[in-house]
Amino acid sequence: MTASIDPALQLRPQPSAFTTLRRVILDRPATIFALIIVILFVLVAVLAPWIAPHDPLAQSILDVNKPPSAVHPVGTDQFGRDVLSRLIYGSRNSLIFGFVSPVLAAILGTSLGVIAGYFGGIADRIISRVIDLLLAFPELLLAILIAAVLGGGFWNVVAVLTVAFTPGFARVARASTLAVKQEPYIEAAVAVGLRTPMIILRHVVPNIAAPIVVLTTLWIASAIRLEASLSFLGIGTQPPNPSWGNIIRDGLNNLFGSPWPIIGAGTLITLVVLAFNLIGDAVRDALDPEASR
Amino acid sequence: MTALIRAENLGKTFGATGGWFRGASDQVRAVDGVTFDVEAGETLALVGESGCGKSTLGRLLLRLIDPTDGTIRFDGQDVTRLSSAEMRMMRQRMQIIFQDPFGSLSPRRTIGQIIGEPLEIFGLARGRQARRDRVAQLLDQVGLPPAYMDRLPRQFSGGQRQRVGIARAIAVNPSFIVADEPVSALDVSIQAQIINLMQDLQRDAGFSYLFIAHDLAVVRHIADRVAVMYLGRIVEVGPKRQIYDAPQHPYTQALLSAAPEPEVDTVSRRIILKGDVPSPSNIPPGCSFHTRCPIAQEICRRDRPPLAQVAPGQLAACHFARPNPIPLGDAA
Amino acid sequence: MSQDLLRLTDVTIEFGPPKKPIRVVEGVGFSVAKGESVGLVGESGSGKSVTSLAIMRLIGGRVVQGRIELEGRNLLDLPASALPEIRGRDIAMIFQEPMSSLNPLMTIGDQIGEALLLHGWRDRTARRDRTIEMLHLVGIPNAEGRLGAYPHQFSGGMRQRVMIAMAVACAPKLLIADEPTTALDVTIQAQVLDLMKKVRRELGMAILLISHDLGVIADVCERVIVMYAGRVVEEADIRTILTRPQHPYTRGLLRSVPRRNHEAERLYQIPGSVPPAGSVRQGCPFRDRCELSVSRCAEEMPPMFRFGSSQSAACWVTAAAEGVAQAGAAA
Repeated sequence: MTASIDPALQLRPQPSAFTTLRRVILDRPATIFALIIVILFVLVAVLAPWIAPHDPLAQSILDVNKPPSAVHPVGTDQFGRDVLSRLIYGSRNSLIFGFVSPVLAAILGTSLGVIAGYFGGIADRIISRVIDLLLAFPELLLAILIAAVLGGGFWNVVAVLTVAFTPGFARVARASTLAVKQEPYIEAAVAVGLRTPMIILRHVVPNIAAPIVVLTTLWIASAIRLEASLSFLGIGTQPPNPSWGNIIRDGLNNLFGSPWPIIGAGTLITLVVLAFNLIGDAVRDALDPEASR
Repeated sequence: MTALIRAENLGKTFGATGGWFRGASDQVRAVDGVTFDVEAGETLALVGESGCGKSTLGRLLLRLIDPTDGTIRFDGQDVTRLSSAEMRMMRQRMQIIFQDPFGSLSPRRTIGQIIGEPLEIFGLARGRQARRDRVAQLLDQVGLPPAYMDRLPRQFSGGQRQRVGIARAIAVNPSFIVADEPVSALDVSIQAQIINLMQDLQRDAGFSYLFIAHDLAVVRHIADRVAVMYLGRIVEVGPKRQIYDAPQHPYTQALLSAAPEPEVDTVSRRIILKGDVPSPSNIPPGCSFHTRCPIAQEICRRDRPPLAQVAPGQLAACHFARPNPIPLGDAA
Repeated sequence: MSQDLLRLTDVTIEFGPPKKPIRVVEGVGFSVAKGESVGLVGESGSGKSVTSLAIMRLIGGRVVQGRIELEGRNLLDLPASALPEIRGRDIAMIFQEPMSSLNPLMTIGDQIGEALLLHGWRDRTARRDRTIEMLHLVGIPNAEGRLGAYPHQFSGGMRQRVMIAMAVACAPKLLIADEPTTALDVTIQAQVLDLMKKVRRELGMAILLISHDLGVIADVCERVIVMYAGRVVEEADIRTILTRPQHPYTRGLLRSVPRRNHEAERLYQIPGSVPPAGSVRQGCPFRDRCELSVSRCAEEMPPMFRFGSSQSAACWVTAAAEGVAQAGAAA
């Protein structure tokens, strides 16, 4: 009798991950806007050599500080370089920079946080103290400090920001792991005889992934902003290579004579940072399994 | 009769010892000196109210929690001495069904993956297809359509999820299953389905249950023997018929009479206990039940009664348990 | 019928977006007389809690149809500003988890006092006396000394007592209790049920007790309303429900409850499970699980048939077998 299928046995309708995502996006037109910005941003960065109208490094004494024109749509800077081309090439730095540190930090921080949260004890105490210590430093100051010791340059700054972002991920991962560890399904996995590393990979990590992914998107925005700040301060991307931050720095010398570089780079930074923040919010809502009930 | 499980003097104290600011009052004696057997193929019901240590006891037997003292013999082997690797292999023979049908299934894994996991661990169905076939068979055994294999738990109702939990537990053909309040989170009309299913599976496979519950009515149909716990100790244990017809411990009697039943005129015979269950971190001296016991005397506040035989197979820890039981109905 | 304190007529409640509404309660009607104790029984998804919250106008859903009358006044027509006065003074409610309805930062004396003040108890000493009286009534030992205690200082059973004291302090005409003992242990449940009966006896209020447990209902209530999938399927006095239930669902529910006193080889089980909210569009919602169902059950929702002076049930099959008439027509 019990082996036969119950007549009224029906499952609850369940929206697929895709429908949930689509619903979250459609509910908020701002998310569509953000997606378009991000897609354009990535496309421009990848296709920079093909779409930039000029060489971003080519100087021309004759074209110094020109306002926008047909040849130079965003004008030229103090060395006569085409600002549009520099902005297009600058997006490559922002993109690489924006993704590399947060992703590295996510991997490193999640590993540390999960270890601290799952095993507790001495491992937790050591990791937690290091996290607290690192969180006490403002990341910008930390970056300046390390740059002062190691010197500026792209990879040094990537390393600095990775170190600066890691504790945030570790803290979120640790807290989420502590919560997930209390769930009966973890005890169930122990009870069926699953090894600890597999319990962590199969049952802990997938269930703490949502806050980590959200944090990653939000920190992509921060990283882009920080790269601009550091380059502006002269310790990020080194001239003559273009970056949105050093375009603003260079433009500052002639702010009133030729505001175009600053306007261009400033607008782009704002748009892209805003877009990633909006996407972070959307991802958070879409990944929450309870929200789709 | 050979005992499949024999727990001897089993105890668990929670709360760290030592430390500058911790006194003995931070310690919770959740399980205290518990001794009992579970025979092969039988169902022992473990009944008690919240905080009595019944869930802790169930987890101690499976070493999901390590005991503070005492031994657990499984088929003659002391499992408290096994290394964690040896214990993992032992899990093929002892499984658990959880109370919470919502929390006990990993939310991002499909039903097939959840039931297939123990098969994979113990190499019981090698290869993807073999595993899927076995999972389909298990789903069918617990009354779920095998077509649901690739669905996620959140689509299932509480009763359906509990069937999945049961399928996971029986997947490895265990000889012992701890069922930790498997129906208390379910609707009444679904409870009967799950209890009947568990009974049918036991009849076919011959495993033993430790069936944990918070009231006596629900285990009446499935238990062979019943143990009643209060504040970390077993206060009465015996064959089902004697526990229901001639309970000897006043707590068993109160528990038996307290649950309201949809019957006409049952209210008058109810024993209502005074007060609350004391905190397990502050267990009363003497008989721990004396603060609520309707028949407590001076001796109860002073001496803790041992768990002593009151009838063949029936033991009770009460100074006033009668060696020759009189059925409750006649006494009233 | 002038004795009705509360009367629900054809109440239909929807949730979800207005374009794609999910009907959680459909055409529910029943009444509670002054001083009467009525049980509303049903499993999860039956709509019993939603119905009770609708009486207090505390639901997130929409009452799209019907009337909820308290002493002849339709509560659904009242402006929101009139509700606080109704709540507490005329109708009070207690919930499954008392901690969620007690303010953790206020002493229980202040909380009960505040409820009294809200309903016109201006005199400070009178409020204090009444608070002590109520705590004493619900069996809090040393009531006077406990006025300054905070909710977390009480055990689960004691909190539910405090909750009851707070609910009945203003002597409401109706106490709605939504699964008041579900979170409690059996021996504590017995205490609280006893207390509810005592409070009702001494204050003469009506009780609407919502529970999934027919045993709890049988203990406290004189009359029972059985809900299934958002509809009332049977209504009768408690003795009739227990001895001669007419709806197959009520019968199944009664038979599947485990009893301490009889031992069967197997428990009776109702096959299948409760249909998800809003999924039944046509016919009797119980038909898929029903042993008696006939083709008509799939086509048409049965109306309430009158089986006796106090009993009615919505079933085509048992009504035909008993040869009884549709309720409402004669009454």
